[in-house]
Amino acid sequence: MDTFALTIAAILMAGAPLVLATLGETLTEKAGIINLSLDGSILLSAMAAFACSATFGSPWLGMLAGAGVGAAIAGVLGLIGIYLGQSQLAVGFILTLLSRDLAYFLGHNFSRQPGPDLGLWTIPGLGHAPFVGLIFGTQSPVVYLSLAAIAFCWWWMYRTEGGMRLRAVGESPRAAFGRGIRVRLVRLYYCLAGGALVGLAGGAYSLAVKPGWGRPQGCEGAGWIALAIVIFGGWHPVRAALGAFFFAALQVSGIYLQEIFPSIPAPVFQVAPFPMMILTLLAVNMGRMGWVQDIVRRHPFLKAFSKSWSIEAPAALGQDFDPKKGL
Amino acid sequence: MNRDSLLAQTGWLALALLLALALTVIVALPAGAPPLETIYVLFKGGVSSWSKIGRVLAGWVPLTLCSVGLLIPFTARLWNIGVEGQVIMGAIFATAALRPFENGGGTGVIILALAASMAGGALWALLAGLLRVFGRVHEIFSGLGLNFVALGVTLWLIFGPWKRPGVASMSGTKPLDLSLWLPRLGNLSVSWVGLGLACAAIVLVYFLLYRTKWGLKMRAVGENPKAATLFALGPRRRLLQAFMLCGGLAGLAGATQVLGVYHRLLPNISSGYGYTALLVGMMASFRLPLVPFICLFFAILNVGSIQLPLQLGLDSSLSGVIQGIMVLSLFIVQGLRLWLKQRKEND
Repeated sequence: MDTFALTIAAILMAGAPLVLATLGETLTEKAGIINLSLDGSILLSAMAAFACSATFGSPWLGMLAGAGVGAAIAGVLGLIGIYLGQSQLAVGFILTLLSRDLAYFLGHNFSRQPGPDLGLWTIPGLGHAPFVGLIFGTQSPVVYLSLAAIAFCWWWMYRTEGGMRLRAVGESPRAAFGRGIRVRLVRLYYCLAGGALVGLAGGAYSLAVKPGWGRPQGCEGAGWIALAIVIFGGWHPVRAALGAFFFAALQVSGIYLQEIFPSIPAPVFQVAPFPMMILTLLAVNMGRMGWVQDIVRRHPFLKAFSKSWSIEAPAALGQDFDPKKGL
Repeated sequence: MNRDSLLAQTGWLALALLLALALTVIVALPAGAPPLETIYVLFKGGVSSWSKIGRVLAGWVPLTLCSVGLLIPFTARLWNIGVEGQVIMGAIFATAALRPFENGGGTGVIILALAASMAGGALWALLAGLLRVFGRVHEIFSGLGLNFVALGVTLWLIFGPWKRPGVASMSGTKPLDLSLWLPRLGNLSVSWVGLGLACAAIVLVYFLLYRTKWGLKMRAVGENPKAATLFALGPRRRLLQAFMLCGGLAGLAGATQVLGVYHRLLPNISSGYGYTALLVGMMASFRLPLVPFICLFFAILNVGSIQLPLQLGLDSSLSGVIQGIMVLSLFIVQGLRLWLKQRKEND
């Protein structure tokens, strides 16, 4: 029982940055913008967060710096993609490569240096509770941060007016424009907000989950997984967070598997989430293929199952909106 | 936009270059890089001697093979981000074909390895294509996932079944027999076979895309997939063909890395050329005539950047930073141009 609780605690910890990144991208994509720069953004903000906390001795200042860097990269994407009408996919991809190299270049002097990390928080009184105490009694602050972010994102998206505007500009920018919403500005805001969350994910890596900075840091590739989880999560914050924890569970079990199969070299387990990513995308998207729909039509009992998997992307995802072209 | 005069075009290009230069200086200064000296070291490190030019050309070959290959799927508006994995798979297949000939072999064996590498790259690309056509997995994710899977396969081979007798390490498999190395061009570290293959690929892709019916249909698929379906141009089959051709060329790039540069299989066998090739493609706006020159420029940057840690104590990833900034600047300037044009039309 204790091992089980500790495994859950480890999954929560490993999943925290993935959750933050996934929520950030979900916010951005809900507004209709694809931010493909996640992988590089996480790395650059991880570097910035570590460098800042090592220089000023304050890890929370580092987290702030990470969020700022994430927002800045998203801002570049937002300005070029939304206002200058260039391809979001292309710009996002360039930004990924650029920020990755920038992280290695600027972080050169901080490589393998000591620096503070966020440490652990202990919630008084909870530590003695039987099962929950082991999971939540003493945890990294990023775990609490990620759990709070899930609740906040869900509440914001589905229970506030701001969230309604967010969904409106992603689903139907023309209608939103007709209602007097400044579509491009709203999109830019959510691009920035999402980027800030992604930046926090970077900080969570370098200050809590994999403390330190070096080449490689260990969070390379996480951004791509997060991008896939957004699709897996069907652009819903709670489902996306569950997806993130699912992948974290895979990573954690990879460590156990390594003990069971010592003959398989360790680096192989690091790429294990990627075939899983492809398979989950396959499972999620197959329901919309013509030949799969034919099979479902012939066997009605499959319908309920396929419905539970079916997801819809925000209708205007990745499309430009130019108010001058009118309604 | 095509109606702009040559002078205006050059002006915009110059603006993009200036912007790139300014941005590079801004990001490089905090790392303590003196701007002029850094640029001087970069270019001197790339072209100051014949042996360096040889290394530049050795980098130009795989980069050109990948970039030119990428034009084919891009013509059909497909993002083959899996080039990196296709290069790696090509290298793995080439190594697999060479393994039975540990004690040496002739030209026939080398040709076999080149063919195997093309098959490997094409197969890996086909997988991404099939996932897209029959599974609706966007090619960006399938390609990327497969890149990492290919890397995993390389690592497993190097540390497992193909490990060097005695020690398994990141330095790769046992070096190839000397008779299996691609013949060099004089004393340079580049092979004339590789150069020939790259030039042939340029001609081949040009011919395929602009001089055959196949290329015309491919462009039609890219311009309007719905119409292409109505006119029975077979977009799905064409899509798979485009991926496989690109993958084959990328695989060939992997073979030149194994046979001509490293003479063994390494974890870093692709040297990131797959990703750089995407930058090249975007920088050239996927116009074939520009591709070889941009590849040459990027290759010079890559080779020159090796001098940065030695002479200035900077990280060599600056070359990647400059490449990224250049493409980004081009996009910014293109966007500004569009914006100005629209403003003029509205007035």
